[in-house]
Amino acid sequence: MKIWLSGLAATCFCAAASGADAPTLALGAQVFEKWCMPCHAHGDQFPGTVALGVKYQNKLPGALQDRTDLAPDLVKAVVRTGVSVMPFFRKTEVSDTELDALAAYLAEPKKK
Amino acid sequence: MRTPPGVSAADFEIAVRQFEAAVGKDWVFTSDADVDLYRDAYSPYWGEPEEKIASAAVAPSSVEEVQAVVRIANRYKIPLYPISTGKNLGYGGSAPVYSGSVVLDLKRMNRVLEVDEKQAYCVVEPGVSYFDLYRHLQERKIRLWPDVPDPGWGSVMGNALDRGAGYTSFQFRNHFDAHCGMEVVLANGEVVRTGMGAMPNAKTWQMYKSGFGPYVDGIFSQSNFGVVTKMGFWLMPEPETYLRGVIGVPRYEDLTPLIEIMTHLENTKVFPGYPDLASPLLGVPTLAGLHHFLVNGPPQRDAEYGALLQRGAPPQDYEPYGRKHKLPFWSLGLTFYGPENVVRAQWEHAKDRFRKAIPGATFEDREFFKLPLSEEQKGKLEYPAMLGIPNLRTFAIGARSPLNPNNPSSGHMWFSPIIPRTGEAVLEANEVFRAASRELGLQTLTAFSLPVPCWERSFIFITAFSVFRDPAVNKKNRDAFRRLVEIAAEHGWGEYRTATSFYDDVMRVYSFNDHSLLHLHETIKDAVDPNGILSAGRYGIWPKHLRRG
Repeated sequence: MKIWLSGLAATCFCAAASGADAPTLALGAQVFEKWCMPCHAHGDQFPGTVALGVKYQNKLPGALQDRTDLAPDLVKAVVRTGVSVMPFFRKTEVSDTELDALAAYLAEPKKK
Repeated sequence: MRTPPGVSAADFEIAVRQFEAAVGKDWVFTSDADVDLYRDAYSPYWGEPEEKIASAAVAPSSVEEVQAVVRIANRYKIPLYPISTGKNLGYGGSAPVYSGSVVLDLKRMNRVLEVDEKQAYCVVEPGVSYFDLYRHLQERKIRLWPDVPDPGWGSVMGNALDRGAGYTSFQFRNHFDAHCGMEVVLANGEVVRTGMGAMPNAKTWQMYKSGFGPYVDGIFSQSNFGVVTKMGFWLMPEPETYLRGVIGVPRYEDLTPLIEIMTHLENTKVFPGYPDLASPLLGVPTLAGLHHFLVNGPPQRDAEYGALLQRGAPPQDYEPYGRKHKLPFWSLGLTFYGPENVVRAQWEHAKDRFRKAIPGATFEDREFFKLPLSEEQKGKLEYPAMLGIPNLRTFAIGARSPLNPNNPSSGHMWFSPIIPRTGEAVLEANEVFRAASRELGLQTLTAFSLPVPCWERSFIFITAFSVFRDPAVNKKNRDAFRRLVEIAAEHGWGEYRTATSFYDDVMRVYSFNDHSLLHLHETIKDAVDPNGILSAGRYGIWPKHLRRG
């Protein structure tokens, strides 16, 4: 796990545009993988990805990792207020620190 | 700061300070913004005065902290509402049943305490989700499967205590029945271990369920008699192969023999997995095809089929169309787990039985995998839960999709009566609930409903209701839901589980001998929780001071 984390952190550090540091982006990636991917990963088996694809009529990507327009405050608001069938998440699930990291991670362009 | 009913602001202030001392200041939530995260996101009363709202939340990280919190609550008579992961959406979320309760959020107790691969069991804490347990097993290359329900983010313990169901082999699909041993904190703070766990230094807590004396585990499920802090579960050893075959039959009347043979084959253990009923002709999806159905709707048909739909044709009138277009009226997926020669022989035997009994039956070898699966194979599975892989595909229901591009819901709730495991019962339930749906103005997507066959002696006849942020629509659906509970009861069908808003309605129909079962629940409640602090109202069980009539 440690090796994987440091590799990811290095990747993110190179790409960092938001000013977030590598450990923050690595934490954000972990939060995304644990809490968001079950609904928002690539593919048509993921309800969140399908919903966003339809919402933006494919003018924006359905998968969150492909988005380049996600402002951190928007990500934080959606996680804490929910949208449609996506419920909001409590602080025992995603802490404020983890949410900041997730928002920073999603604001970063990803290597495809 | 909100205050629980019946508690003075001064006492609550003191109790909150004591909660903070017990679990740490960071894990006591009293601001409106934090406490609002404990609303039920799928509440059918959202934004209405009747919506159930917490006053605060406390999140302990250990059994000792749970004991401390419960003792404080007992001292000041503060209503507590324990949740595990708080993701029982559709059957209740993280909100209490009694408004003003303090939510006891057990999410931080998220450790997989033990896994024994040879004896095939695990011990978990309440905050462990199916995703967590699956990841734990995969990372350690432990070849055991969890049996998972539709929502992979649900709590292993919480789902079992709410008596949920899953999709692998029969002996694991009833999640409560698959548990072995529990640890419970009572309302006075005392810790009890059930089964063999009642022995100090027990060697078989997760190997023998009932221990010595009365088997009390059941009273801690669907109840409010204690805070369960640990549970053991039997897990499914990964088989050598997985085979799923699908049977198709051509006639409406074939449903009865199809279900009869299915049930006999299941009860004689010829096939151990989840039997997956569908109607290709009527567009009723298989479990494996449910996600595609929820996203895209029923398959598009021609004008001839459209005319049948248009005139509201009864199901049997579709039969000639099915014959002409080679569409089976009904289909049944059977799942087999085991060595390849064994599963292939079981499937052959099953085919023989259906072939002899139902003229025109067809057979398809649908999926076959040698295990363990590669990551690529996992991506190709028709429904991963049949191989113990958690997912969230069902949450496509009501979500924005090609089927529903403009009016996504804000959640759902399930109407879930238990009916007998026969074709006749399925036909009768369709007749009864179709008529009721018309009377109540409820829309359905297909001309027929098929039940969920997760357990061996019954079906769950599930209907989903969407929840919106629209009080008028929600009121109409709540009224319809309550009417369906009554109609089901008139036919001898009762819900196995329900959303928190309907606990009293469902408990009311379990009324044999002037509600004697509820009176027994209340007698136990008064004995084990005399101050009535735990989960007031859960499953219709109210403490003495809040009981009506």
